[in-house]
Amino acid sequence: MTDIASDADNKAAARHRRIIDWALRIAIPVGLIVVLLIVWSVGVQVSGVPHYILPGPGAVGESLVKDWPTLWPALLVTLKITLMALGLALVGGVAFAMLLVQSRWTEYAFYPVAVILQVTPIVAIAPLILIYAPSTQVALLICAFLVAFFPILSNMVQGLKSVDHNLLNLMELNGATRWQTMRYLKIPAAMPYFLTGLRIGGGLSLIAAVVAEFAAGSAGAGSGLAFRLLESQFRLNIPRLFAALLLLSLLGIAIFAVTSFISWLLLHRWHESSVRREN
Amino acid sequence: MPQDGTENSVVRLRRVSKLFSNGTLALDGVDLDIGAGEFVSLLGPSGCGKSTALRLIASLGDPTKGRVDWPKLPLDRHGKPVGSVGFIFQEPTLMPWRTAADNVYLPLQLAGISRAAAQQRIEAALSQVNLAKFAGSYPRELSGGMKMRVSIARALVTGPKLLLMDEPFAALDEISRQKLNDDVRRLWRETGVTVVFVTHSAFEAAYLSNRVVVMSAHPGRIHSDFPLVTARERDAFYRTSEDYRLACDKVSHALHDAMATAGGAHD
Repeated sequence: MTDIASDADNKAAARHRRIIDWALRIAIPVGLIVVLLIVWSVGVQVSGVPHYILPGPGAVGESLVKDWPTLWPALLVTLKITLMALGLALVGGVAFAMLLVQSRWTEYAFYPVAVILQVTPIVAIAPLILIYAPSTQVALLICAFLVAFFPILSNMVQGLKSVDHNLLNLMELNGATRWQTMRYLKIPAAMPYFLTGLRIGGGLSLIAAVVAEFAAGSAGAGSGLAFRLLESQFRLNIPRLFAALLLLSLLGIAIFAVTSFISWLLLHRWHESSVRREN
Repeated sequence: MPQDGTENSVVRLRRVSKLFSNGTLALDGVDLDIGAGEFVSLLGPSGCGKSTALRLIASLGDPTKGRVDWPKLPLDRHGKPVGSVGFIFQEPTLMPWRTAADNVYLPLQLAGISRAAAQQRIEAALSQVNLAKFAGSYPRELSGGMKMRVSIARALVTGPKLLLMDEPFAALDEISRQKLNDDVRRLWRETGVTVVFVTHSAFEAAYLSNRVVVMSAHPGRIHSDFPLVTARERDAFYRTSEDYRLACDKVSHALHDAMATAGGAHD
């Protein structure tokens, strides 16, 4: 009886510790952000810097509410380009990686092309893409895709090639077909690498969507947040510029959170990176 | 009942040599017959080619010279004994993203058997290695010895005719190794499977096998090949018996001779 009771007590204590741990993981960064906002607000008031140079957090919040009808459609445009680019990069990167590892000749032939695309600055290619793309939106999508594609491709290739040789031997001994080896061994083994590529690619596709819009420029109904940033700068509407910036940050955080959650979901049962260390 | 004999060979190696691309001659003119139902240990120092020989027996790679035949095993269209050979590596070699049961299921899955149809065989294989309660555990939740048991269950689930073991217990502690040695002997008796067991331990070879093939290194050749017949069963009492001491003595002397031969030839 005592053993059972102490076991239940230990479990309850462990659960309590986990709850406190989670609460602190949320409370500490939120607390730090609140402190920074207070410092920012007090700093602006004490220094007397005008609103059109450095607005306080209150003015930014006010602008966010007031300019919401302008900022919200722009956010949706940026979000759409980012997600479409990421989706295309996922499909393209994974498919291309699977093609490359089929034979070293395909890898020799195509990998350098992918590297050339990666190392050439996207801002330098953007004017060319603008000339050939049917619309600005498509040009932005191509730019964002090119940036997000490579980390997914290179991570996936690395993952597919990092399979335990004895597991490959095991598949061969059991008469596995090439597709079975890919499905049951290589793809699951490459999953941690792929998910790292996804997290990097998710962030980069947003960055590329913004940078491409800076480079390509856009105006009117189809404008994204990057255009609103430039527009606010030209009009010296600095509170709106900060509000657009805040939305971009929130979008980046949301993408990071979703990709991290997907990673946790797929790896938490078995991969060391997602398993709590207990000594 | 296990039996020896070249007439009854499951595997036959004839003048087999293996030269690796780095210039190492791992095997040189090896002749070996493994009879149906035998428990054969391949024993030798590092670099004597025992693991290379085992991989050739498994059809993982081809010999540079000579030939390997499997007279009693079903062969695929490439002449390889696919599906009828169980292989246990030095490491457990489990898929970390699969549970113990799913790891055991893998060979059946590759053969196109559905999970539902395979369930009974998976449970039986895990029960054979005393891991029925851990079917849903992931490899990271198991000890080194338990992982190796899953590996054994995976090798046995297809009911192979030939079981190849490449120093499977070398990395385990003494207690786990002794328990697994007992389990392997029991499984061999129960299933009648032919076992080829690679080891560098004379004591392990003396305890497990009914025949010992001692190899010498540089290049890998067969130095001696002799049966180990004992009237009594190999169990905890056997470990402290005079029979076991004599078997260890015989195997150890053969190993020392093989090492001296290799050293002399090498120097």
